[in-house]
Formats: sequence, C-alpha cells, structure tokens
Amino acid sequence: MYNDKIVEHFNNPRNVGELKDADAVGDAGSFKCGDTMKLYLKLKDGRIDDIKFQTFGCAAAIASSSMLTELVKGKTLDEALQVTNQDVADELGGLPPLKMHCSNLAADALHNAIANYREGKQAG
Amino acid sequence: MTSRLIYMDHGATTPLREEALEAMMPFLKGQYGNPSSLHAPGREVRNAVEEAREKTARALSAQPEEIYFTAGGTEANNLALRGAAKIRNGSGHIITSSVEHHAVLDVCKDLEKEGYEVTYVPVDQYGKVNPETLKNAIKDDTFLISVMAANNEIGTMQPVQEIGRLARENNILFHTDAVQVVGQLPVDVQEMNVDFLSLSAHKFNGPKGIGALYVRRGIKIAPLYQGGGQERKLRPGTENVPGIIGLGRALELATEEIPGKKKHLESLRDRLIKGLLGIGDVILNGHPDERLPGNVNVSFKYIEGESVLLSLDMEGIAASSGSACSSGSLEPSHVLSAIGLEHSEAHGSVRFSLGRGNTEADVETVLEKAPPIVERLRNMSPTYHRSQ
Repeated sequence: MYNDKIVEHFNNPRNVGELKDADAVGDAGSFKCGDTMKLYLKLKDGRIDDIKFQTFGCAAAIASSSMLTELVKGKTLDEALQVTNQDVADELGGLPPLKMHCSNLAADALHNAIANYREGKQAG
Repeated sequence: MTSRLIYMDHGATTPLREEALEAMMPFLKGQYGNPSSLHAPGREVRNAVEEAREKTARALSAQPEEIYFTAGGTEANNLALRGAAKIRNGSGHIITSSVEHHAVLDVCKDLEKEGYEVTYVPVDQYGKVNPETLKNAIKDDTFLISVMAANNEIGTMQPVQEIGRLARENNILFHTDAVQVVGQLPVDVQEMNVDFLSLSAHKFNGPKGIGALYVRRGIKIAPLYQGGGQERKLRPGTENVPGIIGLGRALELATEEIPGKKKHLESLRDRLIKGLLGIGDVILNGHPDERLPGNVNVSFKYIEGESVLLSLDMEGIAASSGSACSSGSLEPSHVLSAIGLEHSEAHGSVRFSLGRGNTEADVETVLEKAPPIVERLRNMSPTYHRSQ
C-alpha cells in the first residue's frame, strides 16, 4: 500500500517535535477525518530557519509532514507558500488515492502558519 | 533476522487447517462429479456433501435439512434478510442493531429503499443490545429481528437467547449473524431460539468462499435467484463441493475443540488486555467479560490506529483497526461510534483477534513490542503534549 519512501519517512520522520520559541504556528486537519497536524516555524532573515511538526495520523500523514519540513526548510515564506500538498505527495513518490484528501495536509498547516504569522498573531 | 509471523487477525480470517485441506483434496483432484447427477461419480459426491451437511447440523444442534450452503457469511445474511422480506412483498418492519456487520446493516438500508421499515436499536457503552429497548421497538407489522451473536470488532456477546424468546413470544422471525461465534463457542439453535443463523467457514479454519444459513424447519423464505433448484431451491447453483467438504470437516473439529480452545484463548486474551491497559491511556473497547474468547480491542489515546498497525506489521505482528484510515472511508467504525467513543479514540483503535495457533509467547512478544511503538507515535502527536 505504501512505497518505501513513505515507510522510510514514517519510520524516521525528520523534524519531529515542538519549537517553544516559534515565530509562527499553524495547524490543519480535523479529528472527524482522522488526521491533525501542528507546525512550528522559526524564522531568521526572512527564511525558515527551523521547522518542527507534530502529527496525529496514519503513516501517510506522518510521512507527508516529514517531507514538507524537508522541502521548505531554508526557504523564504513566499517560496514556501509555493509548495502544495501535491508537491509533497510527488516528492514521496505518490500517495494512495484515498490518502490524498485526508492525510495529505502538511502544506495546509504550513500555509496556516504563514497566514497566522502575517496576521501578526502571537505564536504559541 | 527472521522471526515467525504473529497472526492476531483471526476475526478477519483464519488459516485453512491441514485436516480440512486433506478432506477437500479428493474433490479438487479426482472426484469431480456433479452432486445432482444420477450416475456413480455424481452419487459419490452427493454422499460427501450430505455428510458435510450432517456435520454442520450436528455442530448447531440442528437437522441436516435445515442447513443451506451459501458462498459465505455475507450471502447467508442476505438470504435470510432478503428472503424473509421478499415473501412480504415490500411492506413490514424489521428490527436490527446499530452494531451489525455491514452484511446485515447495508442489507437493511437497501430494504428500506424497497419500502420496508427498519429500526436500528442502539447499544450501551459495551456494545450490548438491551432486550427491553428491543421489545419497545416491536410494532404490529414487525416480521423480522436480526441481532448478531457477537460483534466482529469489539467481541461483545449479545443476549441472543433472550432476544429469541422475545421474538418467539411476539411471533416474529429471528435471525442471528453468528459468523464470529460458530466454531468458537457452543452453538445450539434450539437454546438460542433462532429461526435463521449465518456462519462462515473461513472464520474457523475452513476454506474461504463457503458458508451456510440455518433455516428452522417449516419457515418459508424466498430464494434470491433462480436456477437448477439446488439446496432445496433456496440457493440454486452447482454446489461448491470442495468448500462444503472443507466447511464440514473444519466445523466438526472446531466444535470438538471448543472447551480447550475457549479456555486457552480467554487466558491469552485476558493477559493481553491487562498488558495493553498497563501501557497507560489505553481504553478497552467492548464488554469486560461478555466478549469473544479471542477478541481484544483497545484504543490507544492520542495516536492513530493505522500507524500502530503499520508499526506492528514491521515487527511481524498482524492486527487490524477501526480507524477511518484503515477502513477506507473518512468515518471511523460505526461500532466504535455506536458505543460512544470520541472520534479521536475511535481512530486510535486496534483489534487483536486471537485464534488457533496463538501462544503465550506470542502475547508476550506483542506486549514487548507495543509499548515502544505507542510511545514513539505519542511523542509525535500534537494532542499528547497538550493533554499532559
């Protein structure tokens, strides 16, 4: 059901955890659907200097979260906003069709974090 | 490093036992006769089929002519429900429970579209139907009650005998889906007061694609399709001979083994439940005592079931889950919702269904492998941190 790349990210997710002094925090998903994700960003000189995630979800959700953090680390916020859920799925070598809707939500969490930041919301 | 697979998904299916395969082999290789044929090859096969029917009847305390072979539990359920409805010509009331298998629930939903009225009685927090509630749901035109003998997901046993008595007192037909119970616990259709009972061979180490419906003598139902008149016209089509033979042999042996197997599985089950609850923030789903001997269903709070399954699978442990992710829908299991679990708790459910071949060592291995898996996933979970 899952390819090796997804399983690898599920087993060894990158950037798991919390950033206590995050500059931006975002979330995505709902318990009704099953998967929820929380994303923390630390910015430096307009770029994503550090990024961490926490995810409640299936292997696809965890692997997508992990992949997204790899994709956007070091990017400016505008560059990061270009990354879509589809890009994350493509980088993982494709997700099972059923997982595209409910588990592929990492980019949504990122967009939410950036929107929160730009609205000047206090993180945490 | 290679280690033995620990199979704890017997609720989904069981391995075919050697003796059943052996009994089937002659009918896959040499004995090809059609049981409906008059000639010697046909007659030989007919005898074997009738012998399997007798074995099946004996296991249920029924008569051979009350046993109708079907393609499995799903077909048996469809035949009972639709067959009983069909002779009513589109009107009447059916009562079932909210925790039935889809092979009953979805038939009822379909029958509603055809004009029948259906009441889905709720269950308590353990998944049990209250006979009083069911009694209050009876209407003047109620013609059928269908309540499963035990739930496939959470293992809760239903008060079948009592419901059967209620049905009989009110002159209502009673069907029970006993797919999870036959071969695991003693079944006596007289004691249970049932008119129809469904069973499936692959749940008791028989072959897949074969099951049976018990229909009490004298009860008329309509066939779902027409053909050559096999199974006394109720289920036409040339018989699945090897399947029938395998079913008969597997059921005969499973029934003999019930006392020892029940005790063994209950002890493994209780050890596994105790160990899993010991992890902390783990809920037992289903009834604490009145549950199938091999059923363990727990929710690991703060994490999602499919992640647990995949992690267990990588350790060589096969289980299942009622989470939306693993069910292929966006909703968690209807059974877990019916017993009142929060969405997040339902998503964290994992079922370990024990069976023939599982050992104490298997349970200990699961109890050794599960805690670090749960801990790893919880450390990734946004809800775990928040609730600490």
